[in-house]
Amino acid sequence: MSGSIWVLIEDQEGIASTTSLELLSAAHHFASEVVGVAFSKDGERLAKSLEPYGLTRLYNVEAERSSLPGVVLSAAMADLVKGSAEPPRAILCAQSYTGRDTLARLSVKLDLPVLTNVVNLFEQDGELMAEHAIFGGEEIVTSNFTHQGVRLFGVRAKSFAVEESDARQVAVESVKVEGLGAIDGAKVVASYSEERSGPKLDEAAVVVSGGRGLGQPENYAMVEELAKLLNAAPGASRAIVDAGWVPYAYQVGQTGKTVKPNLYIAVGISGATQHMVGMKGSKNIVAINKDKDAPIFQIADLGVVGDAHKVLPKLIDALKQR
Amino acid sequence: MNIAVCVKQIPDPAAPGRLDPNTFNLVREGKLVMDDSDSYGVEMALQLVDRAGGGEVTLISMAPNGETSGLRTALAMGAAKAVLVSDPALGGSDALSTAKVLAAAILRNPFDMVITATESTDGYTGTVPVQIAEILGLPAVSFAKKVTLDGNKAMIERQSESGYDEVACELPAVVSVTAGVVEPRYPSFKGIMAAKSKPIETLSLSDLGLSADQVGAAGAREAIVSLRKAEARQAGQIIEDDGEAFAKIIEYLEQLKVV
Ligand SMILES: Cc1cc2nc3c(=O)[nH]c(=O)nc-3n(C[C@H](O)[C@H](O)[C@H](O)COP(=O)(O)OP(=O)(O)OC[C@H]3O[C@@H](n4cnc5c(N)ncnc54)[C@H](O)[C@@H]3O)c2cc1C
Ligand SMILES: Nc1ncnc2c1ncn2[C@@H]1O[C@H](COP(=O)(O)O)[C@@H](O)[C@H]1O
Repeated sequence: MSGSIWVLIEDQEGIASTTSLELLSAAHHFASEVVGVAFSKDGERLAKSLEPYGLTRLYNVEAERSSLPGVVLSAAMADLVKGSAEPPRAILCAQSYTGRDTLARLSVKLDLPVLTNVVNLFEQDGELMAEHAIFGGEEIVTSNFTHQGVRLFGVRAKSFAVEESDARQVAVESVKVEGLGAIDGAKVVASYSEERSGPKLDEAAVVVSGGRGLGQPENYAMVEELAKLLNAAPGASRAIVDAGWVPYAYQVGQTGKTVKPNLYIAVGISGATQHMVGMKGSKNIVAINKDKDAPIFQIADLGVVGDAHKVLPKLIDALKQR
Repeated sequence: MNIAVCVKQIPDPAAPGRLDPNTFNLVREGKLVMDDSDSYGVEMALQLVDRAGGGEVTLISMAPNGETSGLRTALAMGAAKAVLVSDPALGGSDALSTAKVLAAAILRNPFDMVITATESTDGYTGTVPVQIAEILGLPAVSFAKKVTLDGNKAMIERQSESGYDEVACELPAVVSVTAGVVEPRYPSFKGIMAAKSKPIETLSLSDLGLSADQVGAAGAREAIVSLRKAEARQAGQIIEDDGEAFAKIIEYLEQLKVV
């Protein structure tokens, strides 16, 4: 319980991302002090949203807004660690775009390794132990560090529950990074949002996902219709994201979103390990697939061996009549 | 336009994976193949060089056992040559050591861009590309879903949590590309024949000026301490659709109070 843990706080439209809150909640179990580091336009507003979570301080990095967050955050963290008499015990980042970029650069700056894809942390003989799932979540590996420096962890979304802590004011401290040179040569010139209305994929209580078994892009409309009827978020396998049927924001799995809804309905999805790691934690799973040997049936609570083009229209009609 | 493309050679992903019960390293027996994720980077690089009207694509790979079959596949697609770092001391390398080795290998040839996949199929740390960039002191754009050139800049559409960002990036730079960024070509018969005589430079650690204690299991400074089976999810009820399966689904939804 000794020492501090720093958490990368990702600012999403002015407030902390849910995954950042998950990491803050986890950090309290292993540290006497939890500190946030962010790259926010409005550090005070972000700090306000963090008051229920018990952190003492928020370092907010000041740099050109168009810089990639990973570049400025890693530079700030490295400076802070090197300049600190009591460096943190560990730094936790989400296994997100910004989190990965930050950890990658930070690990080089501090010459320290990173443990990635962490799904659980615990303490043993005073050491932080990290678990991560391999082979599609069939086996769990436990790892630790054998060096003396700061422990760097990349943690997957939905690994920890969000828990409020002793509410307190969060002191915001500005950190300037300047003169980054060539590494800062990439600039965001515009941002586009592809999200649609309805519940968010990683927060919805029900998710309906479609895969290549739908046959054609037009058929994804059935998934959307079913989702609407169930107040669910529509999702997808990577196969149909890669094929351009739906935007990447819909992807569930290792390289997409991790979801843990009350109900997950998989239509025409085979159940590749990389898909399953993203949805295996769902409370209840329904799968519709015409191949009775599809791996998805091994984890389904209700498996329907059948043609999606026959089952879905009937299901949709019946739900509409209710 | 010269592009270095990192190509990882991995055990056949269709074969079930296994960790050595003593060392906990991934068992890498038999022939290795090109990681499918890297075929997108190879294709992207070939197209960019083609559009720039000159230059070549050099493959960069690190593998403990001198394996070249995966590299031959990428050479058959059209890459000009390959640099392979192979040394028994590389076994058990973590992402940071891997990045150090790849960065040193990349520096052997002039380049305007380094392309990688966003994450490897067997390791999937997703940190190697940006670690390479930091070691080389370069900008990096990870998760690129579209790459075009505009003078001495790359214009990149980069995936974001909610959609995508348009990023303008000075060159040289490291770019990690997602699957689906381009459609990888199949090697032609001519390409496969030509690949047999394309040069693969094989280097040891000392050729790169790196010592064995910086890499491999010795340099990793992290260790797997145990391995266990995850709690298996019990398969539930499986029914064949006889035309009425939809009713069974509705019954189940009612049970869960979803409807
Ligand atoms: C590094 C890496 C990361 C990856 N990350 C992800 C990820 O994040 N998410 C992800 O999803 N995948 C990911 N993948 C890809 C994954 O390996 C699979 O290729 C992908 O999940 C397959 O998608 P699918 O199930 O839609 O397609 P397929 O595997 O082609 O399966 C289609 C299924 O539909 C069934 N079907 C066909 N016709 C019908 C019909 N009429 N009615 C009902 N069923 C039908 C078939 O029986 C089959 O089971 C990743 C792969 C790699 C290498
Ligand atoms: N041993 C390797 N040889 C060549 N390229 C690699 C190697 N390891 C990682 N890479 C590249 O870096 C990407 C990300 O790897 P990882 O960080 O392991 O997920 C891979 O998809 C490859 O493009």
